[in-house]
Amino acid sequence: MQSNGYIMNLRRDVFQAISDPTRRAILLLLTTQTMTAGAIASNFDTARPTVSKHLQILTECELLNQQQNGREIYYQINANKMKEVADFIEPFRQMWDDRFNKLETVMKNYQSKNKK
Amino acid sequence: MENKTTIDIKEGKQDLLITREFDLPIELLFKAYTEPELLEQWMGTKVIKLENRNHGSYQFETSYNGNVVFKANGTIHEFKPNQKIIRTFEMENMPIGVQLEFLEFEKLTETTSKLNMQVIYKSNEHRELQLKMPFVNGLNMAHDRLQQILTNKN
Repeated sequence: MQSNGYIMNLRRDVFQAISDPTRRAILLLLTTQTMTAGAIASNFDTARPTVSKHLQILTECELLNQQQNGREIYYQINANKMKEVADFIEPFRQMWDDRFNKLETVMKNYQSKNKK
Repeated sequence: MENKTTIDIKEGKQDLLITREFDLPIELLFKAYTEPELLEQWMGTKVIKLENRNHGSYQFETSYNGNVVFKANGTIHEFKPNQKIIRTFEMENMPIGVQLEFLEFEKLTETTSKLNMQVIYKSNEHRELQLKMPFVNGLNMAHDRLQQILTNKN
């Protein structure tokens, strides 16, 4: 991969991280609670090492934080990092774009109706 | 269709800016916000009340299968036809709380116009909640799709 500096690579990694449906599902699971790797894996039919790999990727790009609690490691969402991801804002922007596209269509229909 | 809506969100602040250019004369853009029948069509919600005047108020309601699933209301602070609307907006039973909205309608040409919308939340955290909502919904959909795939595999 061509390097355009550290930040660019980091960003690209974050986008890759959330483009995977399993990793998105993991993030979803962790939006409301912290969980151990075992608890997370029990939600998927995928093999445990595969889930571990996903957790590793999410942790490496700082979307997840690890928290040691006794012998267990708990995973939690790094909200600050999520904010940095443009994708975090994108669904909100998309919602408004859809809404405004509809407004435009509705008003164009109204315009042509009233011209007749 | 190309994306024409931009969202400006500054770190650590409690407001956001939504900007959009429309292929519509300014009068029509403004009408979309003031005629209940038109507003209902693009917002996808029922307009219970809409008083287009200074110190007027409004109420929206959406039902699904006979149940009310969404209720919102607010008061209009200032109403200037084809120029601006300053109003509050609050989704009922939601932790986001009330927000203050400055809607500026700008004429670009005879047939195009622009909407600048500044939304101010009670705090940075309230803004965060608002931004998170569609994101979490998107994740939910991704999760549903994933479960479908998993179910079909079994």
